[in-house]
Amino acid sequence: MSAGGTAARRWRKPPLIRNPFLRYGIFLAAAVYVYWALSTLPFDWERIQEGLPRAARIFQGAFPPSFERSNLLIKGFVESVQIAIIATIFGLIISVPVAFMAARNLAPMPVYLLGRAIVIVARSFHPVIVAILFVKAVGFGPLAGILTLTVYSLGFVAKLLAERIEEIDWGQVEAVRATGAGYFTTLLYAVFPQIMPRQIGLGIYQLDSNLRASAVVGIVGAGGIGATLMNAFGRYDYDFALAITMVIIAVILVSEAVSGRIRKKIW
Amino acid sequence: MVSRAAAPPAHREWHRYTPGQRLIRFLSYLLVVAVAVWAIGDVDIIWPWFFDAPNAMADLFGRMVPPDFSRMDAIVAALLQTLNIATIATVFAVLLSLPVAYIAAQNTTPNRACLWLGRFILVSSRSVNTLIWALLFVAIFGPGVLAGILAITFRSIGFLGKLIGEAIEEIDRKPVEAIEATGASRGKVILYAIVPQVVPTFFAVSILRWDINLRESTVLGLVGAGGIGLLLQGAIDTFQWQTVAAILLAIIALVLVGEAVSGWLRRKVI
Amino acid sequence: MLTITNLVKRYGSDEPVLRGLNLTVPGRNVVSVIGASGAGKSTLLRCINRLVEPTSGEIELNGVKLTSLRGNELRQARRRIGMIFQGFNLVDRLTVMENVLSGRLGYVSFMRAALRRFPQDDIDRAFQLMERVGIAHYANKRADELSGGERQRVGVVRALMQGPEILLADEPTASLDPKTSEQIMSLLRSLSEELSLPVLINIHNVAEAKTYTDRIVGMRFGRIIFDGPPDSLDDEAMEKIYGGTPAEERSAPLPEGRPSRVAAS
Repeated sequence: MSAGGTAARRWRKPPLIRNPFLRYGIFLAAAVYVYWALSTLPFDWERIQEGLPRAARIFQGAFPPSFERSNLLIKGFVESVQIAIIATIFGLIISVPVAFMAARNLAPMPVYLLGRAIVIVARSFHPVIVAILFVKAVGFGPLAGILTLTVYSLGFVAKLLAERIEEIDWGQVEAVRATGAGYFTTLLYAVFPQIMPRQIGLGIYQLDSNLRASAVVGIVGAGGIGATLMNAFGRYDYDFALAITMVIIAVILVSEAVSGRIRKKIW
Repeated sequence: MVSRAAAPPAHREWHRYTPGQRLIRFLSYLLVVAVAVWAIGDVDIIWPWFFDAPNAMADLFGRMVPPDFSRMDAIVAALLQTLNIATIATVFAVLLSLPVAYIAAQNTTPNRACLWLGRFILVSSRSVNTLIWALLFVAIFGPGVLAGILAITFRSIGFLGKLIGEAIEEIDRKPVEAIEATGASRGKVILYAIVPQVVPTFFAVSILRWDINLRESTVLGLVGAGGIGLLLQGAIDTFQWQTVAAILLAIIALVLVGEAVSGWLRRKVI
Repeated sequence: MLTITNLVKRYGSDEPVLRGLNLTVPGRNVVSVIGASGAGKSTLLRCINRLVEPTSGEIELNGVKLTSLRGNELRQARRRIGMIFQGFNLVDRLTVMENVLSGRLGYVSFMRAALRRFPQDDIDRAFQLMERVGIAHYANKRADELSGGERQRVGVVRALMQGPEILLADEPTASLDPKTSEQIMSLLRSLSEELSLPVLINIHNVAEAKTYTDRIVGMRFGRIIFDGPPDSLDDEAMEKIYGGTPAEERSAPLPEGRPSRVAAS
């Protein structure tokens, strides 16, 4: 069945970016950027070359991991767990009112802006930076860690809870209001049941997150197993450091698995 | 046939939860309260200090205003360095995470050994925090940006690999079936049926990780791995709180710009 | 010519889905397979190109035994069998042209496929076929921008691009509206004549099967219980094929007067 006379038609896949100038322009810009970035970044090549033999020495020193000072390890770990728990509880409690403030459909404009601003400030800084500031304000130790992770939890939970509040089924609220219920009763019967599963899920996720983060904020003095790790590194006790790291990884894995299970059940 | 003079309805109980459920809920509450009480009671802090904390913070905040922008050029240079570390490390991580995601996805992995290897790589990468990776690389390669780039790369591989692997596992199998039916080899099936389905997630996840890495790179300097963290640590150690304020504002600016750029990119590409 | 001998397919230790099928499909014939859901129609088709592995039996296409092939040989055999699907099974994010050209993936090298540099002959053939079915102007549109009927036509062209010796169609019109459905059936019929191609179609619209196909095969519970021209498909035969569907037969009637329990949640 020849359709006589169809001339040969060329075909190429249409490129992602139509304009050839734009396309090659972007490639060129990317190449220039990479070159510039790599050249302005200061690499201390001499020191780097010492790296591989150093790495070998460190790994030799690190094996086998030493659990001799396990009481220190356990103490640090327990403190991290406590920090995580307390920070999660306080964080969850504070984030409920803040989330309501930051929800466009429930809060008047000035309150909404304030709520959003709180959330943005809480999220902009890496928890380590926040930890340093708290350490300077209230001193070393788990107190700084708790305050840091409360702020960290607030930034995460309040934001997501506010988004959930903005997505609630307004029909349910109307229905309850139509029965003549007051403001807080309406909240209780129409809004809370819609956001509670999310809040619990977020709480469990945040507990897991805080557990990981508490290992890290300890590095700058905010208590927990991070401080233990930092000490070990500082004293070149690499075998102890490896032991600590292994415990941290194990705890994170267990916590992630448990939190995943519980969240699935609640959903 | 309902008789008019019917007796009043029998007294029936209603409970929101079955007894079994109530028991579980009660025990859960009990557990949570017990854990909270233990944690609060046992933790090694002086509770009056906790309630004094707002004052301490206000005091610190007072020392930071007004921010001192005199060292702006050093700050901007450090900011650029932070940006570069984050970008280059993200690019490396994106490239390296693709093969790992491929072998960690149940429907594309060649065999069980590869599956476990892939999962192991992803899990270890994700469980070790960026800063801890940074500590390790500073110990190996010395302080500097290489340690920072490696730390961010290593941490990002786990994040990217997990999400891309999940995207691979969730693809629609029907086009795969169709392309297999044409007699195409495995590589071509992946190319035509799997890759196009994974591309949106790939871009979304890469852009997201770049945004996160921007934030992570700001603190690398605190352990000596490059970026603006070094400047920040220096200012804090010498109690130059107003300079600290300036640096913090610069960091907020970087993070906000990063969020704007990543939001724009996401709209354009996806 | 396709010859199926004593084909059996069993999943685990369950009842076999296909129980010793025997079927011969000569060239230039449009054969439809009808039957209730669960009769095994889809499994039959997929056993031919080994998307489903037969448990036992022989399938032979133009002299080549398909059931024992592996690896490269299996892929080469699949090239010669074109398949179109109920859900169209296109790669939604790729263009129509790429979907059509993917029919040639069994013939081109990996590099060519990756760079989308297909031989000019393939491109000519693609345009020719697309014009034949009326979708050439969509060549650079994303596949998911097309309507159902158009997408199925893309599927047909993809299958034809393989230069197949037989065409398998698994409920190709089930997802289409009646008018489009007839267009596709009519298309399959014409293509069978133009290209001297045997076509095997799974279908549940018996009216269309009667109108557009030369021969009807009726299946039930994994067996072929009817095989003949459309005219001889009378009510009695229909009753044997469709009467009292398996679902009805399997479920026992609920006892009278027992209210179902609703748990408080």
